[in-house]
Amino acid sequence: MSKNYFITGAKLSDGSVKDIFISDGKIAGFKNPTDSKAVLVDATGKIILPGLVDLHTHLREPGKEDSETVLSASRAGAKGGFTALSAMPNTSPVADTAGVVEQVLRLGIEAGLCDVYPIGAVTKNLDGNELSEIGAMADSAAQVRIFSDDGHCVSNPQVMRRALEYVKKFNGVIAQHAQDPDLTIDAQMNEGIVSSVLGLKGWPAVAEEAIIARDVLLADHVQSRLHICHVTTAGGVEIIRWAKARGINVTAEVTPHHLLLTDDMATSYDPVFKVNPPLRTEKDVHALREALAEGVIDIVATDHAPHPAENKECEWQLAAFGMLGLETALSIITLTMVETGLLDWNGVAERISRTPARIGGYTGQGTDFLVGQMANLTVIDPRASWRVDRDLVASRSRNTPFHGMELPGVITETFYRGVPTLLQAQLLTEKNS
Amino acid sequence: MKHLLSINDLSESEAIAILDTAAELARVSDAPMKKLPTLRGRTIVNLFAEDSTRTRISFEAAAKRLSADVINFSAKGSSVSKGESLKDTAQTLQAMGADAVIIRHQASGAAHRLATSKWMSGTVINAGDGTHEHPSQALLDAYTLRKHLMQGAKNLQGLHVAIVGDILHSRVARSNVLLLSKLGATVSVVAPPTLLPVGIESWDAHVSYDFDELIPNTDAIMMLRVQSERMNELYFPNAREYSRYFGLNSDRVKRMKKDSIIMHPGPMNRGLEITADVADSARSVIVEQVSNGVSVRMAILYTLLTGEGIESGALA
Repeated sequence: MSKNYFITGAKLSDGSVKDIFISDGKIAGFKNPTDSKAVLVDATGKIILPGLVDLHTHLREPGKEDSETVLSASRAGAKGGFTALSAMPNTSPVADTAGVVEQVLRLGIEAGLCDVYPIGAVTKNLDGNELSEIGAMADSAAQVRIFSDDGHCVSNPQVMRRALEYVKKFNGVIAQHAQDPDLTIDAQMNEGIVSSVLGLKGWPAVAEEAIIARDVLLADHVQSRLHICHVTTAGGVEIIRWAKARGINVTAEVTPHHLLLTDDMATSYDPVFKVNPPLRTEKDVHALREALAEGVIDIVATDHAPHPAENKECEWQLAAFGMLGLETALSIITLTMVETGLLDWNGVAERISRTPARIGGYTGQGTDFLVGQMANLTVIDPRASWRVDRDLVASRSRNTPFHGMELPGVITETFYRGVPTLLQAQLLTEKNS
Repeated sequence: MKHLLSINDLSESEAIAILDTAAELARVSDAPMKKLPTLRGRTIVNLFAEDSTRTRISFEAAAKRLSADVINFSAKGSSVSKGESLKDTAQTLQAMGADAVIIRHQASGAAHRLATSKWMSGTVINAGDGTHEHPSQALLDAYTLRKHLMQGAKNLQGLHVAIVGDILHSRVARSNVLLLSKLGATVSVVAPPTLLPVGIESWDAHVSYDFDELIPNTDAIMMLRVQSERMNELYFPNAREYSRYFGLNSDRVKRMKKDSIIMHPGPMNRGLEITADVADSARSVIVEQVSNGVSVRMAILYTLLTGEGIESGALA
């Protein structure tokens, strides 16, 4: 029999202060019943949010367990306040069959620290040419609804059109990694002033924007659902704004790192700042923040991308693309969106819990604090701050671009299905990652 | 100043001090006994992960004339080509006691990584990194310009230098734009629009697509090598068309200013960016650039490894 918990004094995202009684995995009331033997959690002065939901996570298992496992990513997620992760399919083997997505689902259940929802590949082996077994993945135990070739763009317009059409059968969504491959051969960083000085091959904004423009038109034409992964440019924001105004069924995400960091970071030639899509300019960062505040960009997703040390301790051009994100996401949102006055806590809950849960169709996630709801929740102390230390991360990899930064917002508790995975800022996971 | 990774590492006075030191050290090169004992017992490694015979032997000659022990570590036949990481190579050189590493590498920023990553503690000199910078080339070019055109002045105030060709991929152009403008020269970069980087508006240089318009107004024309692989990457239709608009031939030379000079960092594609008769003409200082290169690289090694330069006239 699981323990009962009573969380006192926390402010809900709507501003009201409520005590929450958790029993049997669910929210059971707002008073502590006598003889409940509940573990008391004093959250006075803190904010309580529905558990965070990430629509874009690289868990690396199966196949790349040297950088991350489903368990280690789940621990990193718990530490970052997440109760649901979405496993990108670029594993080895690629998650392009029912067998692989069911394996990932099972690994998530075994880890037991958050819901792990597999994302299926759009094309076989991410080759961009042939549709993967989309229907079989949708019908599998994993009930996949999001499909993506993330890391690669579905660049062939006919393949993209067919994929968008095909997933209508079960109200699926195609999550596009918008990157024209011909415009980005060997590209290393944002194409602009900094790349011209550093002599690193440029990655033009138009390579992203051209695909976004094409795909919103395709989604409109076939009346299907499109999600744009990691938007990075002011121009991309404008196209999505236009598409939404036209009633096209498109949603979009931004990563925490694109809300804060710029291409100036590449001046160090330290590949910890090498990421796909690349860090852009100050102007883009501001456009992304405004768009997220406005809702043109619907959600924040981490694009958590662990890499082993040897893939980052090298020349920039040889290094892998990607950065860690799970453990710092909420603090970066606090810094860039809350402290700037662009979002209140209700807006934060909307952008990183309720809306991603709705896009993914994740039941029991992103729900309001009502009796009978699954107790997936996160407590953050917005007054406290912490220093990021890559040697203290829960992830198996250390490639955080925020190392050494002092960030606002300490996550003290994460409850997954009524059980704390993080309590008093300490991970409560017995198993070793 | 511990490393030389970019021209941005140098102030104007530091750059001038290197040129002055080079002028003094040139006397050593002209003497029958071409050697100074300055760096005796110091170990300098030439780490060349990319082919470059002329820069390597120039640095090797410079180090040897200062009595340093020189180890050549070239890509071919070394562990670099066997996939050993830059980190492991750096740690190996550190363990062998290298006082300075001169690195040529195909990756932009490789010298920077070597200097800032704590993989080794010695001095790092960038001998050309990808399409980023080639600071010793810019210093020898500034030295050559000063010697020919400045009548004893220390800097390059008032000069107009045109750099012509593949600016996009040229580390020579990046270092020269930074250095020549720092020393007071006006710099124009001339290229087809495809071979100019997006973002060039931030550079301290005038941008032109029209070589002919610039020719009568320049004191020096620096031609850049056009890499053969560019032909297949749609930067221009073909070699003939490139030469017609951006090649330096005798007709264009006729329109050059009196006393102006022609430069090229080498190796040249004779017949493509420069015709053979122009390369060998009286205005050409291309061969002299090579000999100045040794003096300037001696000055760089001297300055970085002893922490000081040589006053003008000290070795007279």
